[in-house]
Amino acid sequence: MQAGRRLASNRHTRLALAVLGIITLLAVVGPWFSPWAFDQLDWQHLALPPGHIAAHWFGTDRLGRDLFVRTLCGVRLSLLISILASLVSLGIGVAWGAVAGFAGARTDEWMMRFVDVLYSLPYLFIVIILTTLFQRGSIGVLLVAIGAVGWLTTARIVRGETLALKRREFIEAARATGLAPAAILVRHIVPNLLGPVAVYATLTIPQMIIFESFLSFLGLGVQEPQASLGNLINVGAQEMQSAPWMLLVPTLFLVTLLICLNLLGDGLRDALDPRER
Amino acid sequence: MRWIPVSAEVTPADAGQVLRLCGLSVSFATPAGVVSAAQDVNLHVARGECLGVVGESGAGKSVSFLALLGLLPPNARVRGQAQFRGAELLSAGPRALERLRGAAIGMVFQDPMTSLTPHLRVGEQIAEVLVRHRGLSWAAARARAQELLRRVQVTDPARRMGQYPHELSGGMRQRVMIAIALACEPQLLIADEPTTSLDVTIQAQILALLAQLKREQGMAMVLITHDLGAVAGVADRVAVMRAGRVIETGPVAAILKAPSDPYTQALVRNAPRLEEPTSAGVAQPARGQQAAALTLTDVSVGFTVRARWFGQSTVLAAVNGVSFGLRAGESLGVVGESGAGKSTLARAALQLLKPSSGRVVWMGTALGEVPARELRALRRDLQIIFQDPLGSLDPRRTVGEIVAEPLQVHVSGLDARAREVEVAAALLRVGLPASLGGRYPHELSGGECQRVGIARAMILKPRLLVCDEPVSALDTPTQQQIVSLLAELKHASGLSLVFVSHNLALVQRLCERVLVLYLGRMMELAPAQLLYARPLHPYTRELISAVPIPDPDLQPARLARALPGEPPSPLNPPSGCVYRTRCPHAAAVCQERVPAWEEVNGDRHVACHRWREL
Amino acid sequence: MLRYALRRIGGLIPTLLVIVTVSFCIVRLAPGGPFDQEQTLTPAVRANLDHLYGLDQPLATQYAHYLGGLLHGDFGPSLSQRDFTVTELIAQGLPVSVTVGLLAILLALVIGIPAGMVAAIWRNQGADHGLTLFAALAVALPSFVTGPLFALVFGLALHWLPVAGWERGAPRYLVLPVLTLALPVAAYLARLTRASLLEVLGSPWIRSARARGLGGTRVLWRHALRPALLPAVSYLGPALAYVVTGSLVVETVFGLPGTGRYLVQGAIDRDYPLVMGMIVVYGTLLLVFNLIADLLYGWLDPRVRHE
Repeated sequence: MQAGRRLASNRHTRLALAVLGIITLLAVVGPWFSPWAFDQLDWQHLALPPGHIAAHWFGTDRLGRDLFVRTLCGVRLSLLISILASLVSLGIGVAWGAVAGFAGARTDEWMMRFVDVLYSLPYLFIVIILTTLFQRGSIGVLLVAIGAVGWLTTARIVRGETLALKRREFIEAARATGLAPAAILVRHIVPNLLGPVAVYATLTIPQMIIFESFLSFLGLGVQEPQASLGNLINVGAQEMQSAPWMLLVPTLFLVTLLICLNLLGDGLRDALDPRER
Repeated sequence: MRWIPVSAEVTPADAGQVLRLCGLSVSFATPAGVVSAAQDVNLHVARGECLGVVGESGAGKSVSFLALLGLLPPNARVRGQAQFRGAELLSAGPRALERLRGAAIGMVFQDPMTSLTPHLRVGEQIAEVLVRHRGLSWAAARARAQELLRRVQVTDPARRMGQYPHELSGGMRQRVMIAIALACEPQLLIADEPTTSLDVTIQAQILALLAQLKREQGMAMVLITHDLGAVAGVADRVAVMRAGRVIETGPVAAILKAPSDPYTQALVRNAPRLEEPTSAGVAQPARGQQAAALTLTDVSVGFTVRARWFGQSTVLAAVNGVSFGLRAGESLGVVGESGAGKSTLARAALQLLKPSSGRVVWMGTALGEVPARELRALRRDLQIIFQDPLGSLDPRRTVGEIVAEPLQVHVSGLDARAREVEVAAALLRVGLPASLGGRYPHELSGGECQRVGIARAMILKPRLLVCDEPVSALDTPTQQQIVSLLAELKHASGLSLVFVSHNLALVQRLCERVLVLYLGRMMELAPAQLLYARPLHPYTRELISAVPIPDPDLQPARLARALPGEPPSPLNPPSGCVYRTRCPHAAAVCQERVPAWEEVNGDRHVACHRWREL
Repeated sequence: MLRYALRRIGGLIPTLLVIVTVSFCIVRLAPGGPFDQEQTLTPAVRANLDHLYGLDQPLATQYAHYLGGLLHGDFGPSLSQRDFTVTELIAQGLPVSVTVGLLAILLALVIGIPAGMVAAIWRNQGADHGLTLFAALAVALPSFVTGPLFALVFGLALHWLPVAGWERGAPRYLVLPVLTLALPVAAYLARLTRASLLEVLGSPWIRSARARGLGGTRVLWRHALRPALLPAVSYLGPALAYVVTGSLVVETVFGLPGTGRYLVQGAIDRDYPLVMGMIVVYGTLLLVFNLIADLLYGWLDPRVRHE
């Protein structure tokens, strides 16, 4: 409750939340209000700069597709993939980390040894291999690949928090009361994990957006004619000499999104940090 | 509040004044407004004199002295005058203050672990002061640093020079801090709670060292502390502070024996002190030969400490072969220095830690042998309260939820309404209003938190309550209140009590029998009256004589008798009697054989080869 | 310290073995084969090719064979560029990638850490606010955004620097790729250093050092800096991983003949030895770099060595 008030009192956080809200709303409903579909070609207006005619606010690409609709669709897809991937990685990571930290001893050692080994793999390479070897461009594979990487860090953080919690005397007090281990985990450990996990989650989403865009930029993620921020930027980079707006428009959206999410995460962290109290 | 205008006090030896504070006020500019930390403080210290500054935490003691050294954060506002040997400090520039600090004014801080730079060797940290203020070469400074270490009675000074702070014990670190403070032979030494984080035995050693150094160097000293015992042993005059003001000053004997301010009177009254050995304690010896409710037989708890390279691992025997019986309604005190295994033993008795060997039997049931589910059901009768009052309460639950949890676990078929009534009654029994039930732990004071912990432990009316250092994190007056509450509860409900504490005075108030532990082994077990009146084991004697008593007539002499030495590493305990390395009476036999656990007069036990001769 | 180092180096080999094994499994368990896209091949020729490269043997045998080759430093033949061995291909590209990557990390350290220190020392003043804002922006910008933008601004609009090419590492061609890779790392390092230096400066031992009359310079450089650098040092490992990731993008954007293209193209072509070779080389690089970071950490913090 206090944390919520502190969060709301932070100017940067409020601004970030507002901008995020607007972008999300635009991404969800915006494309409906445009006469164009994301893959519809307008042969009269190829590579049109923004602001020239009212029909194409952000201009068009080389094939005459409306950049406004494509960018908003890209934002929608990027947000969707990153949020789903964050959920996947958080789900696995929280369960893995909490069980390892709470069980302790041998179980903990083996579970974390496994994470360490996966960590030492050049994970990006593995993701690239996964996405190329299995059905390229499939959003399912993309989700699994990104999620599979993200949960390692979550698991480490959650385990650390769980270990710290377990050493606190209130957990020992619960044991002394006669609570069963599962009940302690559910009643006392998990609720106290929520704060750090919430912070980590808001900081994970922008990372996932970058990652998805990065893969799409390399041609390994979302495939044409589907639009994601990554492949829009990729195409834009190739055309930047003749049509710079094709690079600048999706870039602007991506950067705004990332900065807002980072600000929100930082604000949340400050609001929940016990040292600030 | 009645307050004596100290500035009116005229001292004849005004010329010998080293430090004089006049109307010193400190406030902090915070987002919530200006907070005053000290107001109109008037104090003075003369050459060769020790001024004790006492008061509770937050009374403005440290802040006043940090202010005159320019060590407060930038949001601090300091007004008034502070003259050091006639020169004004508050208007002095930062460079001038820098030249004084560590040279003419030495300072010793509370926590020697965090007050030494962790990544620099001890030798360098002492030597750099000499290089800075005396312009010595590093080689000369190092040679002098080693001499200083010897001076503050650090063992093996040549080796210590090359060690890092984390390789030293707490006591050794504090000696290093003192060596740094004394390096440039200051005219004034400010010691800010120098012994608070140390064991009583080490406290006595450090205070004795400070007293001796003050005598030898004839410097002025300010001892900031909340411990009246420390003041009684070292200080010549005392200033009592409360809520940022000095409320009373005077010679140590006058303040401690005939305080005039009611707050000081309460402070002196509440100070922990050992009862006169002849008078019968509050606690009575257990009645008759009842069967034991709780029996520990040869209990040991070992922790595996793994050295990572080549996989060797050592077993740290935290508790080693402890046996005792506790009768229903009896209270047993467990005492010893930190690292003696007191808390481990308390947890092993409740099976919160599995003993590596030995048996714990509660009412005929061997707790180590029952299935987990059955043990959880038995916990209804076996409760514990912890050292950290706030830490033992789940920060995300309300007081009401915390206190109700045992009901949810052990009493089925209780509706919300009935539970609420029970919780309110439990809170009332520990002296808290039922309205506290909706609050969160961090909104309460330390004492209130501990009462909530007790309410949780007592709500099911257990038959055994283990208290693990329940008051060591609390202020002295609160300590007394909690101990009184425990005594009341014990009296009212006839429960058995295991009271773990390093504070021998509190144990004396509450317990009928006392068990003395050292390095995880039993040294002595005896009825409290007998133990305090006639300790048999030399270690028990050392513990008792190290207890600071707030009596300026006795305490200096007691300090002078403080024994040197620190407990050895529990990873590598001495052969034979583990205490022999510190024991003033150690003989050849003590090194060769582990002393037997001898019964003496039927009601007490001791593990010492030479108790008969001493 | 020596013992600590030896212990850490000894731990490398099993980890490397795990990396090789796991990636071997992932690479080979995926559907498809190296010669699927060459539709002109008759089954007989295909079988011949498979036999030539040992692909018709059981996986376990192939794995043993591959490990044996690795021990002799032989990464095997490339299946997609059949005139070259994997060793040759990597030997061509690696110097480019390593030059750009290490220069970027170096630049990031040289800019980021001092910037963080400046921000911490002059906290809440103009320089601090400016740096904090800039760092927040730079951290949020991925390299596939900054790379094209830099090329657009400094290359196409201002004509200060060439947009693409390598020219045997001529400095003019290095500036933009190195800057692109270094910027977010520098920004992150600056944030880490600022936060940790502020925390250290507020610690009791700094107050105690000041209480001994030590000057601001000595307190900062001798008492505060070393522990304040610890978070930055632990970030070195992730920083390299980030730079390796970024180099894939940067090499594409700026047309550098590095190793990045081998990985993506190799995976698409099912060129098993090439992909495996890349993983082994970069895996080793990451491990060694992490090791250096760990040793540095141990040197900075004596407490770590004793655990």
